[in-house]
Amino acid sequence: MAAAKAGDSDAFAELVRATEADIYTLAYRLTGNAEDARDVAQEAYLRAFRSLKKFRGDARFSTWMYRITANCASTQLTRRSKGRHEELSDDDTIVDERPESDPETMAEAGAMRDRVTEALGDLPPILRAVVVLRDVYDLPHEAIASELGISESAAKVRLHRARRKLRERLFPTGEEKARAV
Amino acid sequence: MRSSRYFGTDGVTCDEVADALPGIVDGDDVADLDVQRHVAACLRCQAELVQYRRLLRTLHQLRTEVLEPAPGLVPEVLAAIEAAGERRAMHHLLSGRRVAYVSGIAAATAAGAAGAILASRARHRRVRLAS
Repeated sequence: MAAAKAGDSDAFAELVRATEADIYTLAYRLTGNAEDARDVAQEAYLRAFRSLKKFRGDARFSTWMYRITANCASTQLTRRSKGRHEELSDDDTIVDERPESDPETMAEAGAMRDRVTEALGDLPPILRAVVVLRDVYDLPHEAIASELGISESAAKVRLHRARRKLRERLFPTGEEKARAV
Repeated sequence: MRSSRYFGTDGVTCDEVADALPGIVDGDDVADLDVQRHVAACLRCQAELVQYRRLLRTLHQLRTEVLEPAPGLVPEVLAAIEAAGERRAMHHLLSGRRVAYVSGIAAATAAGAAGAILASRARHRRVRLAS
């Protein structure tokens, strides 16, 4: 880290190699597609390299990178959503089109993870970002709000809305199942 | 279907509890006493709380799942850094040249002015000596 901070690009390359899969995964979870994820990861590392001297080391490098990645993904999604108005809405109903919606049939943890991953992908980006950053990557509300350019209370409201949508999708009641048909 | 009319002994409806559950499931928000009492008495809301806990547990487990990017990300990142570094170096160079150009003009102007002053003094001295 010290060498990378001193401008050693080989040392920085090592940091990139050690974290690329993790950062790419976060970028993928935030953007929902491989192409954007790659662009976001690349931009995040570039920004990190430029501001490496500001990294004080009081957080882990990966946590610092999560914040930068979240910020880059937010920028990317804002850019993409211009002209695609529906993506900004967080009130879309998520409809599970898979036939096996019964919670009893998805008892296995692996199956549940697949369902959650799929449901996450179907969330509107502004809700997906907060739930991924908070519930998957454990970032504090303050950091999430700061990187997404929203207030802390807005971040919390979005988080709760996202959790509710995910729960309704994964464990639909009779009424929600009927609505999905 | 959730009944919005269900009041426990606490006077809180299931709908009100449903609004609160996403925040209290991980301690983000503190459940007030009425909500706690309602959940303790209402099987439907208890079930919903269990679903939220399961959801959060699964989301947390996703942290361990890592996707491998297609090969080439590291070289791409390094190339982008190098390109950005070159752009910055070029910018420094150009702004450095601008500074040097302006400094050169200033130095030439100053030298010219100094030369003119010296020539003028020498002329004065020659005139004084001649007289």
